[in-house]
Amino acid sequence: MQGNSPGGPADRRLPGDRSVEVGTEPVGEADNVSKTFGETRALIDVSLSVLSGQCHGLVGRNGAGKSTLVTLLTGLARPDRGVIRLGGQPAPNLADRSAWLARVACVYQKSMVVPPLTVAENVFLNRPTNGERSAIVSWSRMRKQAHEVMLEWGFDLDVDQEAGRLTVEQRQIVEIARALSIGARFLILDEPTASLEKAAVERLFERVKRLRDGGVGILYISHHLEEIYEICDQVSVLRDGELVLHGRVKDISQENLVAAMVGSAPPRRATEIEAVQKRGPFGERRLHVSNLSVHSRSGSVDDVSLEVRAGECLGLVGLEGSGSSTVADAVVGLVKPAAGTIAVNGKSVPPGKVNAVLHLGVGYVPQDRHARGFAPQLGVGENLTLTVLDRIARNVLGVVSFQERDRIAQEQAKKLQIVARSLDQPVSSLSGGNQQKVVVGRALAPDPSVLVVVNPTVGVDVASKEALLDAVGQARDAGMAVLCVSDDFEDLRICTRLVVMVRGRIAAEFDRPPWDRQRLIAAVEGLEHAGVDQR
Amino acid sequence: MAETTAKGPAAPAGSLVGRRDWRFTVLNWFRELTLVPVIVLLMIAGTIINPIFFTSSNLINVAQGGAALGMVVVAESLILLTGKFDISLQGTYGLAPLLGAWLIAPKASEGLGLEFSPWIGILIVLGVGLVVGTFNGFLVIKANFNAFIFTLAMSILLTGLQLGWLGGKTVYHLPEVFIYIGAETWFGVPVAVWLTVATFVIAALFLRYHRVGRAMYAIGGNLEAARAAGIRVDQIRIGVFMVASVLAAVGGLMQAGYVTVVTAGQGSNLIFEVFAAAVIGGISLEGGRGRMIGALTGVILLSLVTNILTISSISSTWIDAVDGAIILIALGVARLIGTERA
Repeated sequence: MQGNSPGGPADRRLPGDRSVEVGTEPVGEADNVSKTFGETRALIDVSLSVLSGQCHGLVGRNGAGKSTLVTLLTGLARPDRGVIRLGGQPAPNLADRSAWLARVACVYQKSMVVPPLTVAENVFLNRPTNGERSAIVSWSRMRKQAHEVMLEWGFDLDVDQEAGRLTVEQRQIVEIARALSIGARFLILDEPTASLEKAAVERLFERVKRLRDGGVGILYISHHLEEIYEICDQVSVLRDGELVLHGRVKDISQENLVAAMVGSAPPRRATEIEAVQKRGPFGERRLHVSNLSVHSRSGSVDDVSLEVRAGECLGLVGLEGSGSSTVADAVVGLVKPAAGTIAVNGKSVPPGKVNAVLHLGVGYVPQDRHARGFAPQLGVGENLTLTVLDRIARNVLGVVSFQERDRIAQEQAKKLQIVARSLDQPVSSLSGGNQQKVVVGRALAPDPSVLVVVNPTVGVDVASKEALLDAVGQARDAGMAVLCVSDDFEDLRICTRLVVMVRGRIAAEFDRPPWDRQRLIAAVEGLEHAGVDQR
Repeated sequence: MAETTAKGPAAPAGSLVGRRDWRFTVLNWFRELTLVPVIVLLMIAGTIINPIFFTSSNLINVAQGGAALGMVVVAESLILLTGKFDISLQGTYGLAPLLGAWLIAPKASEGLGLEFSPWIGILIVLGVGLVVGTFNGFLVIKANFNAFIFTLAMSILLTGLQLGWLGGKTVYHLPEVFIYIGAETWFGVPVAVWLTVATFVIAALFLRYHRVGRAMYAIGGNLEAARAAGIRVDQIRIGVFMVASVLAAVGGLMQAGYVTVVTAGQGSNLIFEVFAAAVIGGISLEGGRGRMIGALTGVILLSLVTNILTISSISSTWIDAVDGAIILIALGVARLIGTERA
């Protein structure tokens, strides 16, 4: 498996007739489209053309109009002005879903597979197996054809498996196979790497290249600019509903790309791991994990010891399944360790009791914000103060003081730059970035002595990312001990020290930033065993 | 080139792709037939408790008793598979045959005195099912009422109408055509049993081999994915409500024919047994999971329990409690052996 080493794409191309096919015909076009929702002008005269055999990157901050453009291109909404063309033809009627599905498919962040059904059934979802007029389902034919699609595009998936048991990566494959088998040659990938681990991302890139070389046109939406540079030929940037930059990826520098995304504000460079040049002495030992072993399906941990001091941020880096997030789960009491001890402020943590752990002064930002992060129907204010209910209801009856609640919520909202109409707006209606800010704010509200964050910036836009990391960085400077579990190198800029986990064990330790990206990648991928401490 | 080979945990080397993996198939059948050992145990227990149990006349009794229940279980299972449920099926089960009977029976036997042809009576029974199902379907699916509270209210309304019309009396002296499916036998087996078994088989085949049947699983498994795949999710879900209510009405007609009268209490508390049978049989309350064969074993199990309790020496006032306890135990067993049911 290759690392993220630059300069790869050209020599990694599969042999193919790429030179013949490139950019011959447009598979999906938006021609001066505009779309308005109520007061909001979501898209203003945007033109974009995705050619067959090309990977076209689409970037922009949350709310820039990317999702709106996708809904127009996939026929879920009609543009107010302008034309959508697919395969050179004017787009079909909105009601004719099957005509749309035959031309364009979008793989969303939210999985669109049906868990109880088999892979083959998911590939053939709502499609006849015995010709257009027959309503009878032939299982053997369905399995055979699904298998053929898998073979044709080099996907290795058992078509009889239940889709519910697949990994995120495999579910993506199912959705791509579904689109290809219908005949769609225009594929939209919306944040496809958001919940994939590094190795899976590499495999995804291989698949994208293979699709591209097979003549499929791909619109690739991502927050990760490195990915755009790695696999895209063209890139378009949306800002506030307008197309602000468009061109060949080769011709656009990363600075210019970021500048186009954020507008006038000076961007931070996103590719290097800059980290605070902060060196001890740190405060007292706040979190102490010794000889921890955990058996877990999502990555076991084998004899791991580490400590985090006040004012320090320890980055725990590892691939999915390496056990890094399991360490975090064990620290906050979500899983019971098989062996070893965990102590917070010198007090040993009762295993498997989240409530008790949080009361010891641990703040927690869970990996999956939708599953564990917030109560979607409750307001921003209530979510921010869920962790401090005892403080805002400090009387005999336990009646919540709304004044106190609003004060604490305001404070967090300001610190994290949460954008919401009011403190009463339901979190479900916020953008992903703002939702994550609420989750982090909730963890910070009780002013914990130890903060555990897992992938704190997954799937959020560049500006939110900055705000989130800054908030955690400030907390660290104020003396909090932070354990940051992440496989996103941009998150590591707030760290003062790194520990790399591979297959449940500590494989390397990196003191004192800045860190060498190549060596870090090598360590994370388990390639380098001599990497303990680079002094 | 590092392709996807041998990387994903579920993509073993030496590719299984394309060849049916019998382990999955066997596992699936095992899951569906979880209750068979329990049923066998119950039959042994029944025979020990009372020798009458293992006679053909008693077993036919069991089947007859289970037929009407089975009809409603098919109905509810179809709705459950699409991710909704309908409590008012029991109201339809009671009200539909009552209205039919009321319009065809003479005044002397508590009818309205119009004395319609029994064929019209049957059409009315089916019509009531269709109307109630359409009404429920549109309001739950299109108007987005919560299925639980809406169909609960509907159920109370239908049962209330039943009581209001009859005022606790009973419609009797029903014409032969009307009670045919409940009272007659073919080759020694009640017509109702034939009909219910046929309904199970047709439903099972439809769910497995028809596009709409597969679409129902997709809808229950992931509504948004089904919608995005171009499945007409609303039409299908409303259609399922309609079909289910008609099936419930047919079930009610069977019951009325079996006892040859329609009482004001027909159908009350039936829905709990219906849910219990479906869930014990592996139909997921979350939608998208479960098969008719499993639901059938659920019906058989509950019918056996009812029968054994009746022929045992347990006092009739205790039957409900024992019934409930056995359902709980069955759920526990199903949970232990099967996977995600209950």
